[in-house]
Amino acid sequence: MIELDDIDRQILRSLARDASQSAGALGRTLGLSQPATWRRIKRLTEAGVLRGRRVRLDAARLGFGVTVFLGIKLARKGHVNLEDFERAVSAIPEVQTVEHVLGVYDYRLRVVARDLSDFERVLRRRIMALPGAGEVDANVVLSEERRLGPLG
Amino acid sequence: MLDDTDRRILRQYQAEPDAPAADLAARAGVTSATWARRLDRMRRDGVVGPLEAVIDWRALGYEVMVSMRVTLDKTQPRAFEDFLDAARPIPEVLELQTFAGRVDVRILLIARDMGHYLSLYRERILTLPHIADIDTLLHIAQVKNEERLPL
Repeated sequence: MIELDDIDRQILRSLARDASQSAGALGRTLGLSQPATWRRIKRLTEAGVLRGRRVRLDAARLGFGVTVFLGIKLARKGHVNLEDFERAVSAIPEVQTVEHVLGVYDYRLRVVARDLSDFERVLRRRIMALPGAGEVDANVVLSEERRLGPLG
Repeated sequence: MLDDTDRRILRQYQAEPDAPAADLAARAGVTSATWARRLDRMRRDGVVGPLEAVIDWRALGYEVMVSMRVTLDKTQPRAFEDFLDAARPIPEVLELQTFAGRVDVRILLIARDMGHYLSLYRERILTLPHIADIDTLLHIAQVKNEERLPL
């Protein structure tokens, strides 16, 4: 496991908000030279801490007004092939994330849809039709906050 | 308003934001100039947000990830606000969602190991205000984590 100092944490905090900035620009805000900043970013990348970049699109303005978190219980455990289920659920375009979990459900899904009737279509035609899908619990997202986590 | 060209551009961009712009423009079937102009416009309009670095918490020693699904005591008029205000400062909290459904709030929490998780659970989570019920899902494998929009 990699050890971080305060400057590493500042770099991660800054890149988590805006990863488009150059090493030079980032270094200037931290009072660090461009090569020193670049070396730190390289070390964090090689340690697997920085795992690429992601663009955040405004889902609502692109016509996706509804986000739903689903808990899915598998039916008839032992008779369900997990890999088949995982492959089929991952292939649904509206399904953004799939987590295998331990608890009252077996899988946790994040699903986007245009509106509630579009979500109902995805749920009935795609998700309930998955091989092995049993009980489903749907919760419609009203608000969401993402935090920077323990980088402070 | 967005047209089909905008959607093609966004589809390529969200799939691989680190690829060279010229390659992405070619895949979207537009010139590099059109690519840059349209992305600039969508950034200005707020459709395209910032590029964010993806942090792997496991590489930083956080082995445990848990979804905590909380039901609140809604007879308390400020149940949501009080709960969120108290949960927000916990450093190990990565996400907070509120819902219309059986669950009221979800907390995505990370911990270094099960011992650390247990102490967070007992000292920071169970002490949050207005909890009526709580159940936890322990994440054991990430099957899909792209968070792309089906454009």
